Amino acid sequence: MTLDLFIHQVFSGLASGGIYASVALALVMIYQATHHVNFAQGELAMFSTYIAWSLMQAGMPYWAAFFLTVAIAFVLGVVIERVIVRPVENAPILSVVIVFIGLLVIVNSLAGWIFSYTIKPFPSPFPAEPLFGNRYVSSHELGSMAITLVVLSILFVFFRFTPLGLAMRAAAQNPESSRLVGIRVGWMLALGWGLAGAIGAIAGVMVAPTVFLEPNMMSGILLYAFAAALVGGIDSPGGAVLGGFIVGVLENVVGAVLGTELKLTVALVLIVGVLVVRPSGLFGKVHVTRV
Amino acid sequence: MAALLEVRDLHAQYGPTQVLHGLSFAVEAGGITTILGANGAGKTTTLRAVCGMVKRQGEVTLAGTRIDKLATESIVRLGVAHVPDGRGTFAALSVEENLRLGAYTRRDKVEVAADTERMYAYFPRLKERCKQQAGLLSGGEQQMLAVSRALMLRPKLLLLDEPSFGLAPLVVQELFEIFKEINRRDRVSLLLVEQNAALALKVADRAYLLETGRVVISGPAEDIRNDESVRRSYLGY
Repeated sequence: MTLDLFIHQVFSGLASGGIYASVALALVMIYQATHHVNFAQGELAMFSTYIAWSLMQAGMPYWAAFFLTVAIAFVLGVVIERVIVRPVENAPILSVVIVFIGLLVIVNSLAGWIFSYTIKPFPSPFPAEPLFGNRYVSSHELGSMAITLVVLSILFVFFRFTPLGLAMRAAAQNPESSRLVGIRVGWMLALGWGLAGAIGAIAGVMVAPTVFLEPNMMSGILLYAFAAALVGGIDSPGGAVLGGFIVGVLENVVGAVLGTELKLTVALVLIVGVLVVRPSGLFGKVHVTRV
Repeated sequence: MAALLEVRDLHAQYGPTQVLHGLSFAVEAGGITTILGANGAGKTTTLRAVCGMVKRQGEVTLAGTRIDKLATESIVRLGVAHVPDGRGTFAALSVEENLRLGAYTRRDKVEVAADTERMYAYFPRLKERCKQQAGLLSGGEQQMLAVSRALMLRPKLLLLDEPSFGLAPLVVQELFEIFKEINRRDRVSLLLVEQNAALALKVADRAYLLETGRVVISGPAEDIRNDESVRRSYLGY
């Protein structure tokens, strides 16, 4: 492989890595709050992307549709938590998994039923020519990477510096003590779902121009996002993002060297490898408590 | 004196197991009430029932407002702070963040900052460790943190569940001095659950003795302290 090709693969890996990072981030949001892994995360992102598409079809300008979609996805996340997840809150883990898989299938078929399975093109908000006259990375790739980083920064500031962010972290860690300081824990979990919904929507809208809009567009991406979340540590938002970029680059470089058939294998190898060697991931917390 | 907390005919159960069988007691406004009893008498459950952390029936009023149907977080917002059994600190958060969470329901930022400094004055050890993860504190420091976190709420009523448990005698003494001061200076009423009856009877003005979920003896703390037969048969000292 020439150096040129290598650099190109790394950059396009970083670009898809940004998408994996966002979906991984959404998974981490919910995992941190409820210790549930939301298998339907990708489908919710896909559905949100259809919402954005419909808004644009109705004549709304791109960025207006973008922000409205993110808001709708947030509300959708909150509603799903309240209506579907809340009743199984104390159910055994297997029931919860089944509920999530059910949600995945339902959202997928619902999208197919409403919007049909035909593949639709989806616009990119970024210019068609590469920025700054570079040869390696398209404007859309660069733009979606930037948006991932902006989302991560906003989340970091929110969780680190705002009282609501602190309350959400507290509710995730110790629900009982959180109630004892007056935190409405149920709403914090719903808020976690809302944030995950919003982040997923951003990922969906960013990936749709590359993979095209169709009901199954997120299934492969969800797998990479799982790999990313596990590599970074399923309870570490920063780790999930770094994991996303690592997975993106590895997948692309390995794909270029060994052939594209092996791309998905990279994700699976990473998932198994991390679980065997370092189950808490690169940045996952290994909790230490003195008793 | 009027009662701040009044409990009438309180029942509570964990699943099918009934733990409290019609308990009645009161905490005077500005007073210190203690609930004593052996292991399994229902002391911890009583506190948990007052805060709505366990299924309960009966009448609980706080300053005239019925609270027995309210959720824990709503009771807390009415000014009831609880230092639970096992302390309940947020182990993965820093000392400072634990204190900030204690004041979560308050909007008076300046006062919150002043109260934080006051907690650090009560417990200088916490100030030294304000950036540390709470889970890494020693048992005594964690208890100090739990008490401070509860006080950050500016409660009317502070529920303390075995604050002396597992602590060195000197630390216990220090802690109880602070309880007295909080009670005197800030007029916070205390409901204290203790296994260490001698200690509790020294600071309390009213005492209730629990046996298998019922009050068997109640009265002014001093009378119970001086009643040798009660002390021998129930309190074991």
